[in-house]
Order: sequence, then structure tokens, then C-alpha cells
Amino acid sequence: MADDPFTTLWVYLAASPLLWLSLTLVCYLIALRIYRLGGESPWFNPVAIAVALLIGLLLLTDTPYQTYFDGAQFVHFLLGPATVSLAIPLYRERHRLQRLALPIVAALLAAVLTAASSAIGLGALLGASTETLISLAPKSVTAPVAMGISEKLGGLPSLTAVLVVSTGIVGAVLGTGLFRLLGIRDDAIKGFALGATSHGIGTARAFQVSPVMGAFAGLAMALSALVTALLLPPLLARFMASGG
Amino acid sequence: MLEALTLILVCQLVGEVSVLITGLPVPGPVLGMLLLLAWLFLRGGVPESVGRAADALLAHLSLLFVPAGVGVLVHWERMRGQWAAIAAALVLGTLITLAVTALTMKAVTRLTGRGGSDNG
Repeated sequence: MADDPFTTLWVYLAASPLLWLSLTLVCYLIALRIYRLGGESPWFNPVAIAVALLIGLLLLTDTPYQTYFDGAQFVHFLLGPATVSLAIPLYRERHRLQRLALPIVAALLAAVLTAASSAIGLGALLGASTETLISLAPKSVTAPVAMGISEKLGGLPSLTAVLVVSTGIVGAVLGTGLFRLLGIRDDAIKGFALGATSHGIGTARAFQVSPVMGAFAGLAMALSALVTALLLPPLLARFMASGG
Repeated sequence: MLEALTLILVCQLVGEVSVLITGLPVPGPVLGMLLLLAWLFLRGGVPESVGRAADALLAHLSLLFVPAGVGVLVHWERMRGQWAAIAAALVLGTLITLAVTALTMKAVTRLTGRGGSDNG
């Protein structure tokens, strides 16, 4: 079996980061193609499709996640620089930010407090463990920030990452329908809510709908990462000390 | 392009190191973002190359979440054990947050009597 040229090739490729790095990009491109074929409907979320394809490949080839991540970490690493880059859309939108300061501050505080308390409240009500609750709390902010918060408070950063991605997908898929139901038509408001709730995945979806919606989503994502990082750790530490 | 990428990475590095040294409760990349923002304000504009590098990184933002998403494999057992709690927090929690945020912003925008966007 080891002499079979395909196996030899597989053993060689499986040991290098190149294979899973390339496959991550290939699966994402396929997912984007499917998303476009589906008329850019939110139900064909590219992140969800790419993740499903990659999980299928890993299960099929019996590859452990660690091996996959050795290759995919180069993509994952870019989340940090991408978070730093959010300074640029923030700076570009500084005038609009000033003009809409009051609604933005109000919506931001509402988003940060609702995101954490609804996740902890619903999770606790249905019997999630403390570790899971802490991992759930920062799920609405972008991955490196959420993972940092989760780690500081004793959650599982890698579980938080999964929950962050899931929250992003849920918001991107259900947001459009919910806004229609609530009669919200203003692109600025729709974008802000999507970015504050569903970080980068919501922002990517918002940019596909309209540039205004995208700008506000990016703005909300940057602001909520900042405010959550400042507010959530002390609030949650107090909450854990008092009741949990 | 190289200068721009270096600037972004150095901002993150300074952010991460400051957090390690001072024990600030903010994640390193967020501090890096504030540093870059401060630099942009001091400079009074976004240099073209920095704008392009940031746009390139942000254009495929959703791709960057894929490796973390595949991590669901590792946490499958835990998530299956607490699936109702996690599903409720994910789906209901996200819908509630979207609704509260949007309705708050709509209400305060109306109260302060200004349109949310130029076409709104």
C-alpha cells in the first residue's frame, strides 16, 4: 500500500501546509460560485458552504483538524491584520459618524449588551455549562477579539471561534427577512445592525447588498469589537462572581 | 503595498505587546486598530497604498473565518451535548440582537430628527 504512487503523493502532500491552504481557497471559491449561481440569496452563505465542503473533505480523508489547521492557519492569521485594517473604513466614515453620533452610540450599546445577555440568558436557561456560556458571550464580535475575551475569562477560545462564525452565518442568512418583517428600510440601519451582530460575515453580506449598508456594517463591526472588548470582561467577571 | 502591510502588522504587534505588558483588558488587534486610527488622524488622511492594502484584506473578510468555522469538528461532541442551549443562543440570540439594534437605531434617529443615510 505504501508503494502505491498515489499514497506516496498523499503522504507527501498531507505533511505540508500547502495542501490544506490551497483547499481552503479552492473550497471558498467554489462556495462563492455556488452563492452566485443561487442568485446571491442569503441562504447560499459562502462561509457555510466552504466550511461544509472542507469538513466533508476532512472526514473523507480521515484528516485531523490539527493537520488541516497547520495549513489553514495562514488564512486564519489574517484576521488580526484585518481587524487592524478596520481603522480605515472608520476613518473614512468619520463625518457620517459625527453626524449620526447619537443613534450610533445608542444602537451600539444596545447591540453589545443584548448580544451578550441574550446569549448567556438563553444558554443558561437551557442548561449550558459555565465554560460554554463564557464562550458564547462574545459571539457577536469578530473572531480574534472574541477569542481574546473568551480566553481572558476562562472560556474555550476555539469553541468561541466556531460560535462566532455560526453567529455570523445566522445573521447574514436571516437578517434580510427579519428587517423586512420589522419594516426597516434604511440601509444605514440595516448595515449597522448586521455588522454589530454578525461582524465580518454580516459585513460581507451587507457589502453585497449596497455600499452604504456595507460601510455602516464595517463601522458597527469595528465599534462593537472595541466596546465589547472594553465592557464585556468587567461586566461578565462581576456577573460570574455574583450568580454564576 | 509592502510599506502598508508593514504598517498594519506593526500596529498589531505594538498592540499585542502593549496588552502583554500592561495587562489591558482589550485584545491586541483592537489596540492596533486604535493606533492605526490615531496615526490616520495625526496624518490627516489615508495614504493610497494603506487604503488599498486594507481594502484587499477586508474584501475577502468572510474567507478569513473559514478555518475557524471548520473547528466545529473539534467541538462536535460538546455542541451535541448542549445543542438546545447553543442553538437557542445562536439563532434566537442573534435575531433578538439584530432586532433590538435596528429598532434602537431607528427610534433614536427619528428622535434626533436626522435621516440615517443620504437616500433614507
